[in-house]
Amino acid sequence: MTIGVVVFPGSNCDRDVRWATEGCLGHPTRYLWHENRDLSGLEAVVLPGGFSYGDYLRCGAIARFAPVLESLRDFASQGGRVLGICNGFQVLTELGLLPGALTRNRHLHFICESTPLAVVSDRTPWLATCARDDQFSLPIAHGEGRFQCSDDTLKKLQDDDAIALRYCRNPNGSVADIAGITNVQGNVLGLMPHPERACDPVTGSTAGRAILEALLS
Amino acid sequence: MPRFQARVLVQLRPSVLDPAGEATRAAAQRLGVDGITHLRIGKAVELELDAPDEAEARRRVELLSDRLLANPVIENWTLELSQS
Repeated sequence: MTIGVVVFPGSNCDRDVRWATEGCLGHPTRYLWHENRDLSGLEAVVLPGGFSYGDYLRCGAIARFAPVLESLRDFASQGGRVLGICNGFQVLTELGLLPGALTRNRHLHFICESTPLAVVSDRTPWLATCARDDQFSLPIAHGEGRFQCSDDTLKKLQDDDAIALRYCRNPNGSVADIAGITNVQGNVLGLMPHPERACDPVTGSTAGRAILEALLS
Repeated sequence: MPRFQARVLVQLRPSVLDPAGEATRAAAQRLGVDGITHLRIGKAVELELDAPDEAEARRRVELLSDRLLANPVIENWTLELSQS
């Protein structure tokens, strides 16, 4: 039962994720260099936060073509758990594994703070230990986290019960206060908040543990 | 093989908020430039390519624009193409 953490040039939360999954939760974890196509032996893959390939062109736009992500497409279609955090969420939308796009925050500021979230759907394993409307806070740290999608896509997300988390106080202008979404099957989650930064008690909170435990549940 | 010059203009879709454009419009007012009723920021990508003919050059740049230069979820693009 091993977790893979993708490392792109410019990733900067890869070590935080590994500390959370291995150091705090005790799950074997290994790094996956972006040129590596071999996902054998992995139960789950995390795309961490950061600035993959400098976020040139658009956040996640260049990362989409990384060799590791070709394998990730098959991995996800076979039901493997995939978690995209912050920049990882941006990559998942560029890759087409999740709908919508992440755009510049409404007020242009880079936001770095703890923000209250509410559980919208407990349908998938990611939030199965929570109940609908449960609230907890997680850190956010992003300049381009405003979730954007068409009205049709929003309706489909709602009909599919694919909105996982919403902001209690919308910090960035996201459509429908969306902080995180899943695919229809429920094995892929993308979210802007950083659960890996709320796993070690010394950082002040362990509210992020449930989501990371779901990588292997 | 003929060489073509292309300029792809990528813009946020009209329905997508452009906060950078709004901030720039506010700055224009502070500069004292009045009367600006609309300001949207996009990007221009200039490139040159060699292709057997204009139709093939257009096909390649359209593919590039659709699949890489713009994200159709939030952006539109237009293409200007000419032979060098």
